[in-house]
Amino acid sequence: MDNNKRKTLNNLTVPLLSVLLGFLIAGFLMLAFGQNPLDGYRALFNGSFGSPFYIGETLRQTAPLIMTALGFAVANIAGFFNIGIAGQALLGWICSVWFALSFPDLPGFLLLPLSMLAGVAAGALWAGIAGFLRAYFGTSEVIVTIMLNYVALDGGNYLIRNVITDSRDASERIPEAANLRMEWLTELTQNSTLHSGIFIALIMAVIMWVLLRKTTLGFEIRSVGMNPNAAKYAGMSAERTIIISMLLSGALAGMGGAMEGLGNFRNIFVQGAVPSLGFDGLAVALLGLSNPFGIVLASLLFGALKIGGTSMPLATGIPIEIVDIIIALIIFFVGANYVIRFFIDRRSRQTAGPAEGHAADQASGTTETLTGTGEKSSSEDEVNH
Amino acid sequence: MDVMAVLQNVISSALIYSAPLILTALGGTFSERSGVVNVGLEGIMVMGAFSSIVFNLTFAEQLGGATPWIGMLLGGAIGLIFSLFHAVATINWRADHIISGTVVNLLAPALAVFLTNVLYGARQSTFISQSFGFHTFPLLSRIPIIGPIFFRNTSLPAYVGILIAVICWFVIFKTKFGLRLRSVGEHPHAAETLGVNVYLMKYAGVLLSGFLGGMGGAIQAQAIAINFSSNTIAGQGFMAMAAMIFGKWNPLGAMGAAIFFGFAQSLSVTGNYIPLIRDIPSVWLQVAPYIITILALVFVIGQSRGPAANGKTYIKSK
Repeated sequence: MDNNKRKTLNNLTVPLLSVLLGFLIAGFLMLAFGQNPLDGYRALFNGSFGSPFYIGETLRQTAPLIMTALGFAVANIAGFFNIGIAGQALLGWICSVWFALSFPDLPGFLLLPLSMLAGVAAGALWAGIAGFLRAYFGTSEVIVTIMLNYVALDGGNYLIRNVITDSRDASERIPEAANLRMEWLTELTQNSTLHSGIFIALIMAVIMWVLLRKTTLGFEIRSVGMNPNAAKYAGMSAERTIIISMLLSGALAGMGGAMEGLGNFRNIFVQGAVPSLGFDGLAVALLGLSNPFGIVLASLLFGALKIGGTSMPLATGIPIEIVDIIIALIIFFVGANYVIRFFIDRRSRQTAGPAEGHAADQASGTTETLTGTGEKSSSEDEVNH
Repeated sequence: MDVMAVLQNVISSALIYSAPLILTALGGTFSERSGVVNVGLEGIMVMGAFSSIVFNLTFAEQLGGATPWIGMLLGGAIGLIFSLFHAVATINWRADHIISGTVVNLLAPALAVFLTNVLYGARQSTFISQSFGFHTFPLLSRIPIIGPIFFRNTSLPAYVGILIAVICWFVIFKTKFGLRLRSVGEHPHAAETLGVNVYLMKYAGVLLSGFLGGMGGAIQAQAIAINFSSNTIAGQGFMAMAAMIFGKWNPLGAMGAAIFFGFAQSLSVTGNYIPLIRDIPSVWLQVAPYIITILALVFVIGQSRGPAANGKTYIKSK
């Protein structure tokens, strides 16, 4: 019991310290270039939570991030690196808008969910290709999803120019019936772009938590991720689990893209690169340690950084790139958590007596005397994931 | 346009596009052969591209035609320094290789655009005056048929890349260093017991990937983009990674795959001049390289297995 408590505390310590260190180092960088970091962070905060409008914008940015991060996390828990989240989200965006524009006469209670579903299906299908090839041909999902990102980008732009519109670069606005925005939300947040996607995203986070922690499928996904051979030996179908987890991953990403299409932009336009939503989702999932609740908190932080960052150049002259640097630094410290744990352990050993210090070591799963056997490094890996 | 001119055009533009991919894919091969997955190639290319453009803009007047080449070496050096970050994180600090690589990819464009802003007051640099341009080999270009197609008005960096690929193949498969590097990637504990300095080998692998990736980025910037902006490197690092896996972690295979990708990318540019291809809607030419890669992986290459201990953190025994 006591061990468990300590473990949760440690798990929380690493992301929190990472966030702190990220802000601290970026602050020094601002100082080095002659800017006042306090002014910068004040502008960042005011630009993300300073008024109902900014809070609305931040929450709007948070919603699709939760979706893409959940998508990345599901695949990651099953042992796959779905770098194609961006392409899957883009297709979800395109297909949801395309569907909404194709059936403008459907009533709202049908059009909105069906458009959403079109985006979800497109994302799932796109990731499913990689899952199928991985399951039955052993093809690296990393390459396949990278390649599919480009196919989605070029093919998507072709669709926008030649099928959805008549050789124009942006589509019409979607019909009002397919709109995710709600009047009371818009009024509450002083005409921000906030839409009901945030509620869907929060519900999906709860559903994913239940699915991963409390169902057989979730157990199978986690088992295959930890050791596919053992999972197979226990009678689970690795192929089935691989495909399902990739379908889920793509479906979540597609839903995130659909939110951009039906809630935020309410149309689709020619893209120069796959949406940054994909890689940001990857970063969010890493900071949230692939835990749905961690992902919600991490998405809120990243949403605030992204939205607040746009106010920084105007208010202080600090380039918006500093936000990406903060994000990169945070993820770096999450990745290099061994170093953070190392110092936490050393501190707790210094303050506590030697016997208790040893207990702290065991709880965190890291010992200073490195044994270097296979077992040791695999338990180390578990801590990392 | 006659056949010769079409061939000349297709091959030279294929080589121009493949040069950055060849070098970066070779870099990836070194890193992964030592057991460190390097998703950060994209970010390393960004730093190489950025530093070479800054160098080029600053010294073009003094150095003239040699500028892009020195810029390429500088890009390599900066790439090497930047990859040190990935090396320390993955080798000493036991960071997950993919997380660390992702950080490199997040950090590099942000840092480079931030510095571009500081240096030039805009989010992109001005255009350089000394680019790689076209090269005609003095004697080889006079060989009938082959000469004009392969050696006239072509990309010199691509030929340098091919030469480096051959050298890399020799280093990895025929030298003591290469054997040690590969053994560290396959089974570091066994290598350690035989007296190989595992950490040193891993550092060598990652830093070489930084050097080659940085040079690749510098070529992309100084031969194709001609300036630096956030779009200068747009997925080439990931393409190079795919080329490395496609080439089964063999320098010559990676080079071949990189040339194929370069050819496929150039087709959407040169396709307009080729009679049969001209009639295909351009979207198919754009997506063809990616689809062909997937199909080739599934049906021809099959499973490509990387080094056995690739991506695993090595913890030294005491």
